[in-house]
Amino acid sequence: MIKDMLSAASNWVVPLLLLGIPLYAFAVRRVKVYESFIEGAKEGFWIGVKIIPYLVGILVAIGMFRASGAMDLLVAGLRPLTGLFGFPAEALPVALLRPLSGSGTLGLISDVFQTSGPDSFVGRLVSVIEGSTETTFYVLAVYFGSVAVRKSRHALPASLLGDLAGVVAAFIVCRLLF
Amino acid sequence: MNLVWLGLIFLAVVTAAFRGTMPEVSSAAFKSAGAAVTLSIGLIGAMALFLGLMRVAQDAGLVQALARALRPLFKWLFPDVPADHPALGAIALNMGANMLGLGDAATPMGLKAMQDLQQLNGESETATNAMCTFLALNSSSVQLIPAMVIGLRAAAGSRNPSEIIIAAVLATTCSTIVAVLSAKLLARLPYFKKSRPRAKESGL
Repeated sequence: MIKDMLSAASNWVVPLLLLGIPLYAFAVRRVKVYESFIEGAKEGFWIGVKIIPYLVGILVAIGMFRASGAMDLLVAGLRPLTGLFGFPAEALPVALLRPLSGSGTLGLISDVFQTSGPDSFVGRLVSVIEGSTETTFYVLAVYFGSVAVRKSRHALPASLLGDLAGVVAAFIVCRLLF
Repeated sequence: MNLVWLGLIFLAVVTAAFRGTMPEVSSAAFKSAGAAVTLSIGLIGAMALFLGLMRVAQDAGLVQALARALRPLFKWLFPDVPADHPALGAIALNMGANMLGLGDAATPMGLKAMQDLQQLNGESETATNAMCTFLALNSSSVQLIPAMVIGLRAAAGSRNPSEIIIAAVLATTCSTIVAVLSAKLLARLPYFKKSRPRAKESGL
């Protein structure tokens, strides 16, 4: 029910914006909407081209890292530590992969759903982790890449602390709610 | 970023050498490179569409109105950005799109915000405090409804796919607060303070 409403709402958002904004601009503000749209679209095109090298750089590094199996070693190394807090072992790969790869994380979450079920504690936990964290490395590479900034200063540590907080908060909230 | 990038590749090659996964690593390098280009090209359509629409909204004064409404918040988050700067409008739109879970729309607005912030940045290869705060905010996920995972839960036969919404909102609020506070506090460390780029006189 809620899901149907959500998908209905998200189907309406974009078309309504695409109609509403130009209509208001044209009718009320007398903006030359088509020319204005094209000007903005041009800029979008060049930003899209500019990020290609940065995206290739970060995705190749992440792809190699995942294919090598280094992730399994990292999970095995961290498992005793997270086990102390009662953090489920099955959720650990999800938490670790999340900042690196969005599609990879969704794949791992599907695995958890299949083996433990979406309504198990682990199933709920990985769902909340997915909703409270982001693909940090991808975001940083693309955003800084688009303006050719190479020294990212404290952006990465701050973002990773946010991801860590998201995982910890997800665990605590799931413990309290479910 | 240099160390992260080199570190990922180093760990990949060393691990592969010991575990015999070198063929997979080798093919992953080429596959990822191709995927990156496909992804960027795919992004161009959405970029052009949403930045076109954003320009219309800007010319109609809508973006500026939104930024004005959020001025108190932005003044605290981005003290170095002038209150009437276009970057704030793009940031507001990016955050709005992220909250609604419109990833396709959020990225173009976010990249536009970076372009505008870069205008204010004198030393163009080093990130400003405003950029770091913006990215911390952006990569901490301010999404209100995790539509993707709800869809996955429904597909996996969950009895109540959307029951995780409240938990996710609480957790994502925590992650956002921590990310922004970290960005603010880390900016005060001598190490990051020293590397702060000199501000340009006027970005406009």
